[in-house]
Amino acid sequence: MGTLIHNLNEKIAQISQGGGQKAADRSRSRGKLLPRERIQALLDPGSPFLELSQLAGFGLYGKEDVPCGGLVTGIGRVHGRLVALVANDPTVKGGTYYPITVKKHLRLQEVAEMCRLPCIYFVDSGGANLPRQADVFPDRDHFGRIFYNQARMSAKGIPQIAVVMGSCTAGGAYVPAMADESVIVRGNGTIFLGGPPLVKAATGEDVTPEELGGAELHCSTSGVADHLAESEEHAISITRSIVANLGPATAQQRTLARHFQEPLHPPEELRGVVPADPRKPWDVRAVLARILDGSQFSEFKALYGTTLMTGFGSICGQEVGIVANNGILFSESALKGAHFIQLCAQRGVPLIFLQNIMGFMVGKKYEAGGIAKDGAKMVMAVANAQVPKITVIIGGSFGAGNYGMCGRAFSPNFLFTWPNARISVMGGTQAAGVLAQVEAQKREREGTAWSEEEQAAFKAKIAERYDKEGEPEFASARLWDDGVIDPADTRRVLSLALAAACNGSTPSTPHYGVFRM
Amino acid sequence: SGQAGIQQLASVSRKVLVANRGEIACRVLQTAKRLGIPTVAVYSKADRASLHVQHANEAFCIGPPAARDSYLRMDRILEVALRTGSEAVHPGYGFLSENTTFAGLCEDNGIAFIGPPASAIAAMGNKSEAKALMAAAGVPVVPGYHGDDQDESLLLEEGHRIGFPLLVKAVLGGGGKGMKLANSAEELPEALSSAKREAAAAFGDERVLLEHYITRPRHIEVQIFADTLGNAVYLFERDCSMQRRHQKVIEEAPAPGISEDFRRSIGEAAVAAARAVGYVNAGTVEFIVDTDTGDYHFMEMNTRLQVEHPVTEAITGQDLVEWQLRVAAGQRLPILQHQLKILGHAFEARLYAESPERGFLPGTGTLQRWHVPPGAVSFNHHGAVRVDSGVRAGDQVGVHYDPMIAKLITKGPDRQTALDNLHTALSQLQVSGLPTNVRFLKRLAMHPSFVAAELDTSFIAKHLDSLTEAVPPPVKVVAMAAIARHLLTVQAAEREAAGKSGSQLGAWAVLDSFRLNHEVTSADSMTHTATSAACPVHLTFHRDRSVSVKVSGECTQDVVVAKMCKLSTDGTQVEAEIDGERLTADLSLHDAGDEQVLTVWMEGEAYAFSKPVPRKWARSGAIQSSAGLVTSPMPGKIIKVLVGDGDEVEEGAALVVLEAMKMEHTVRAPRPGTVAELAALPGAQVADGAVLAVIAPSQQQAAAAGEM
Repeated sequence: MGTLIHNLNEKIAQISQGGGQKAADRSRSRGKLLPRERIQALLDPGSPFLELSQLAGFGLYGKEDVPCGGLVTGIGRVHGRLVALVANDPTVKGGTYYPITVKKHLRLQEVAEMCRLPCIYFVDSGGANLPRQADVFPDRDHFGRIFYNQARMSAKGIPQIAVVMGSCTAGGAYVPAMADESVIVRGNGTIFLGGPPLVKAATGEDVTPEELGGAELHCSTSGVADHLAESEEHAISITRSIVANLGPATAQQRTLARHFQEPLHPPEELRGVVPADPRKPWDVRAVLARILDGSQFSEFKALYGTTLMTGFGSICGQEVGIVANNGILFSESALKGAHFIQLCAQRGVPLIFLQNIMGFMVGKKYEAGGIAKDGAKMVMAVANAQVPKITVIIGGSFGAGNYGMCGRAFSPNFLFTWPNARISVMGGTQAAGVLAQVEAQKREREGTAWSEEEQAAFKAKIAERYDKEGEPEFASARLWDDGVIDPADTRRVLSLALAAACNGSTPSTPHYGVFRM
Repeated sequence: SGQAGIQQLASVSRKVLVANRGEIACRVLQTAKRLGIPTVAVYSKADRASLHVQHANEAFCIGPPAARDSYLRMDRILEVALRTGSEAVHPGYGFLSENTTFAGLCEDNGIAFIGPPASAIAAMGNKSEAKALMAAAGVPVVPGYHGDDQDESLLLEEGHRIGFPLLVKAVLGGGGKGMKLANSAEELPEALSSAKREAAAAFGDERVLLEHYITRPRHIEVQIFADTLGNAVYLFERDCSMQRRHQKVIEEAPAPGISEDFRRSIGEAAVAAARAVGYVNAGTVEFIVDTDTGDYHFMEMNTRLQVEHPVTEAITGQDLVEWQLRVAAGQRLPILQHQLKILGHAFEARLYAESPERGFLPGTGTLQRWHVPPGAVSFNHHGAVRVDSGVRAGDQVGVHYDPMIAKLITKGPDRQTALDNLHTALSQLQVSGLPTNVRFLKRLAMHPSFVAAELDTSFIAKHLDSLTEAVPPPVKVVAMAAIARHLLTVQAAEREAAGKSGSQLGAWAVLDSFRLNHEVTSADSMTHTATSAACPVHLTFHRDRSVSVKVSGECTQDVVVAKMCKLSTDGTQVEAEIDGERLTADLSLHDAGDEQVLTVWMEGEAYAFSKPVPRKWARSGAIQSSAGLVTSPMPGKIIKVLVGDGDEVEEGAALVVLEAMKMEHTVRAPRPGTVAELAALPGAQVADGAVLAVIAPSQQQAAAAGEM
């Protein structure tokens, strides 16, 4: 037995070298870690790693050596939670998928689905091994099955997370694109359906990989990736915090943390965050820093659709998803909101909406861009998210913005208002302008004169009425909210209302996967 | 004395207000408490939770953190004194201790100012007048010019008369400010103008005085005491020659290597000096002693209790604060000259929050660990080791006030024993959370010339390199630090998991780095902060639970095997057998800005290792290197902005002058270019790491970089 074990260990020692020293050095020179190092860095310190299929590919392709099948898979612990891991080995044939690579990848997904383990994909692969395309591409248990599994697992509420540390070309692009959340490393990570050579061949366009599908592009413009990492170490740290924010593994596990940190900034300062001039823009981060535990906020899609802030934090030990306005809603902001609300619904994480919204962007360009359609996605997501929801109107609440941000009509468990809040279908001045135009057209048809003074008086009256009806006392008197609160009490009120909202409710998993919109 | 004395004292002074903070406030409060006198403390908003507030019977907040809004507010302090019915005010040192207006105000309100009369403070406060007074009283003074006529040509002429080297000092100066040396006639005009400039900025008075400069001087000062009944004594001398830029570092008493005749002569001169100004209470007469000739000259008199008074307490067995309280209550000095004896030898080392390895850059931070040597006493002289400090673990240090953390005082029957005690005490002291000068103090205490008592005020400057040289840590220390880091992270992971889902982890709760058919190696990297040496380490976890540690990089390289690694439950101690040697280290782990710092105390030395914490907002690669960000190296106040927006600057050009810790620091351009975004405003208070300006590369440089 001793000899057998010795031989096995020798073999594994050889196999775990991957594609050899030269390839490893090349990989390192680009600031990359080897697949086992990536896994080691992601796992909890000292965590065991139950590696699967170590001998995959051993002696399978004659002279061609594919150690470990070009892929490291297994189960480990991250933030005390078990996860299933897949890490491409770019030192083995550029990380391309041999038939055995596909089989090993699918086997890991099968295990993850059976054990309900969140999947983390460290993506660094050239895609399908082209010479062997017939054995990897078309059949049921071939390449496409990876994405099929991702979609099905996401629908079952099994989180799918991709970390792009190298190239994801063609079909490979769908690993991050199909994931619930994805991270991409600046410089090394690229995602595209066709790489620069294919683009050149197809359209004659000269383009660099970074321009075509780099981290900056995908995090700020396309929205294909959610988190921009500056290095692999950074990416791994983001991935660990994504796992920390996955919510409870099972509904029974929902327990409030006994100890939590107070915000670093005193909540009393919330009285001072709103500028006296309502036209002055202000940053909602100032509010988050004064209501979240330890002032800690894990932002989701920080660079995309920046007029809506989304991310995870906790309030008095209860994990929450935050959706907060930071300006007018554009298509991107609405899509980001829809995506994030779905994530929270999947994970059973309660949602907090902080409304300060002048509305969706209007204008020819935006209507043509389908802003109504994108806004509808957010409204749809809000309406169907089966988790406790609490809304606080901390500024304006106008038009369809009120709906997307879980206004009264969307049945949040609670809705509170700050004394400075304003709520109406549109602003008083805008309403006066609109109604004055309608009136002017009517008078023109009737041929009756309308003096400047009369017009001004007409407008002033409407503006006055709107402003009065928009006041929190007017709204609260009619029970459009559950009360007007001192901003300084926001954290306290939210924590109490949240505990009440979570009392006994067991959020059910919604009947759709997380769509990327 | 005894019981009768205490009653008598209490009957005269029913309540004392301490108009100070930190260590000296605690010091005064302790003696008052021992004597049964009720006490009142005052504090700024920054000091609400400070130790001195807790030591007092009553405490009152007197304003915002800035000293000028709190500890220097005479009106508020007097108001508290009157409201509480305090009959005496102890000013400590610094702040209002030598303020004649305050002393006068106390007198006017019928409150005893625990110190000399305002007239004596005034007489000694003006250095030129003080010297003239002393010369008249027959106390030897250094040749110099102390006239009111500040005409430039006259000053130059006087300078030539006195001879070189020559010292130019601010009349109202102190603590090294407004003090310039001219080695020759050519250097005099520049020394004059720069001393005047500093004097005007610091004291609002640009008058200077000139003094002959003694090349190898010793700083010897005499502690004197006088009561209101005409008695005056000297409590022997202290040698304070160990100075860096006129700031005392290590003091000792008595001064080594002087004769009894000299001691009596200098002591009597000091008493004569005090009598000449009608002095009452505690005071110190500073002399400069020419080591070449053995002559002594009067330098100045400090009209207060000094920082280094504990060494005098240690060798005389007297409590000087008690003396102060008695004298202020109108009592006679407890003992007279013939009853005073020197009972051994004592040292005091001043512990500062600063980095000697980085040019003594002041440090700020939270005291994460504050362990004094076992058996140390505080605020009294009844132990071989005494630590006087106004801080506890968890306190913020160095942001608003003096960066001195504590004073370490040791004594012994002779100089060598006291020095050995000092060395041991410095080895046992554990401080973390901010940089300190402990290692520097230890090296100074061990320096052969210091041990041999070859003292003069240029000692530190002369030996600066060897005293501040940073040495890379031994391999076993790096290995222990790496093991400690690993075990601490494992412990944190265990705690986190336990807090989350309890026992459901089952087998996965065993954090032994288990792998199938192979061993895992985990890489870590740390930077030894003192040397900035990178120490990458690789830990390989073996099946038998031993760990191989490979140390590489700029640290000493080697591979060691560690067995039986064990971390204490509270995470403050690690044990391991490294290459057959059983070792123990004390630990402290904390975050400082964007770094995580692990301090390891092993075999009497402290080693700090830092590791950057990855941040979302961190930028890397091209973006980082192209950013010519100029940031503030420490919290402080901007006193001068030397460039304008759009100015072209060379690398190293002075951009902004920052004042922190009573010192000016010049912030320089990190590279040549144009000042693109100037965010520094004169008078602004800035935080550590605040962006002051951005230096954009000029067109030419950008083009050149592009060609490459």
